[in-house]
Amino acid sequence: MIVVEGLRKKFGEKWALDGLDLTVGRGTVHGVLGPNGAGKTTAVRVMATLLTPDAGQVEVAGLDVLRRQREVRSRIGLLGQHAALDEELSGRQNLEMFGRLYHLGARRARERADALLERFELADTGRKAVKQYSGGMRRRLDLAASLITEPEVLFLDEPTTGLDPRGRTEVWNAVRSLVGGGTTVLLTTQYLEEADQLADRISVIDKGRAIAEGTADQLKSRTGGDRIDVVLHDAGRLTEAAALIGHRAGTADVTTDPDRRLVSAPVADRMAALSAVVRALEETGIEAEDVAVRRPTLDEVFLHLTGDPSDRADDTAATTAQEVSV
Amino acid sequence: MSTAGWAVTDSWTMTRRELAHWARQPVQLVVGLAFPVMLLLMFGYLIGGGAGVAGDYREYLVPGMFALTMAFGLDATMVAVTQDLNKGVVDRFRAMPMTDGAVLVGRSAADMLQSAVSLLVLVGVGAAVGWRWHGSFGAFLGAIGLLLLLRFAMLWLGIHLAMVAGRPELVAAVQILVWPIGFLSNAFATPESMPGWLGATVEWNPMSATATATRDLFGNAGGGAGTSWAAEHALLLAVVWPVAIVAVFFPLAVRRFRALSK
Repeated sequence: MIVVEGLRKKFGEKWALDGLDLTVGRGTVHGVLGPNGAGKTTAVRVMATLLTPDAGQVEVAGLDVLRRQREVRSRIGLLGQHAALDEELSGRQNLEMFGRLYHLGARRARERADALLERFELADTGRKAVKQYSGGMRRRLDLAASLITEPEVLFLDEPTTGLDPRGRTEVWNAVRSLVGGGTTVLLTTQYLEEADQLADRISVIDKGRAIAEGTADQLKSRTGGDRIDVVLHDAGRLTEAAALIGHRAGTADVTTDPDRRLVSAPVADRMAALSAVVRALEETGIEAEDVAVRRPTLDEVFLHLTGDPSDRADDTAATTAQEVSV
Repeated sequence: MSTAGWAVTDSWTMTRRELAHWARQPVQLVVGLAFPVMLLLMFGYLIGGGAGVAGDYREYLVPGMFALTMAFGLDATMVAVTQDLNKGVVDRFRAMPMTDGAVLVGRSAADMLQSAVSLLVLVGVGAAVGWRWHGSFGAFLGAIGLLLLLRFAMLWLGIHLAMVAGRPELVAAVQILVWPIGFLSNAFATPESMPGWLGATVEWNPMSATATATRDLFGNAGGGAGTSWAAEHALLLAVVWPVAIVAVFFPLAVRRFRALSK
């Protein structure tokens, strides 16, 4: 449904896209995972006809996006990073206006607006201007606007960035409700967990090109899967604890961080590893302040895929918020 | 429906969007309409006098205020375009199968309508403070036409500048610059009352040409009073200046809008 080949786009001296390849099957949800500046938004803007690339081929819904722009536009929906709404108008006014611009005609535009407001639980917002909406409501309205013509392909560019956990859940539920309706969804995200929750397949991109592709499970097993983190009370016993945890978790790939009194190791089976490690610590009398099993952070995924530790402080912070503590 | 039919429909939808903004924020609309009225009353009664004006000052001032109001429309256009571009809603318009130019056509239709209403209000207030037109009704319509032509030129200049500047801070800078340029005209005082070099500059200001030409058409004081080439050919300049500005900035603005995809 989407075929991208050798896509290149230069901004100034920097190649935002540097030979990106991507294939997305009909009716699937495809996650594009990458840090800030990896080229995710640029790629979406090219696919959604907003940006002209310097080189490469892009086909969306079987149509060349450069040559058949208008036909592509009538088959896609776009949820950009920033709310693409008229903030002064009400939700209904926005949807009706967009409906008219999709050439539905006045009556059908009105009916469609009603149906979408109902579906996204915005029917009781009345005359309230969009600028008075909460972040989650705004995002839902933006999503509703992207679905006016029941697009064949829906682009979601970091749909939950900047939302609180409740807003995020709202958007996730809305996206899930689309799947099964036959819509092909391309979703970009900085959060491994988001791709994991929503996407059938994931492409990891970095510096404008795809560096890995697969299902969430395939990617996670390539990057070592879940990890266990143990924070010790006494930094002096770090080496001893590292050996013990490595032994119980069945891995030699144990990292320690003396400043944070932290021992971290990959685990195959979350619950088994957790109870084994807790038991071992008790038996040997090593006192722990915190024990948690979590998914690998985006940083760790990249570290593994590129073998190149990069300073992505922002992304580490973003993914820590998604850790699963036990 | 045909392509042309959709172009009209889409442009109308975009114009309606602006009308809906007015309906939702009537205070803003009223303030916008009241501002030139306030300036007119201030200069007519508070600052009054008018250096170098032979005859009734208000007859001289009112057409000058018409021209100034049209020129200051530049500011309104720039603010509106900048806000749209910075809010992402233009992205949605561009990702839709609508007519390419409808966003800009809607903007111009709404701004022209707002200016026409503003002009109507000023004509009413002008009449209330004693301004009259002495020419034919045809000449009256001609003068209104020249004023709206100036506004149309400011519209495309405004769209272009907003897309070049792009950021609210830079728009604020242009907003401040509009004042001295607006006052460097014959709206409030005759060029003859100014130092020679300044008077010459003022006479070549497009706004002065429109003000002088409309004074002439209305049969008001100060019409055709000057002796310089620019003052004697005010009517010609009142057409040539705006047409030249549109000829330069319309294609530039359209190109900028297309270049959003670069």
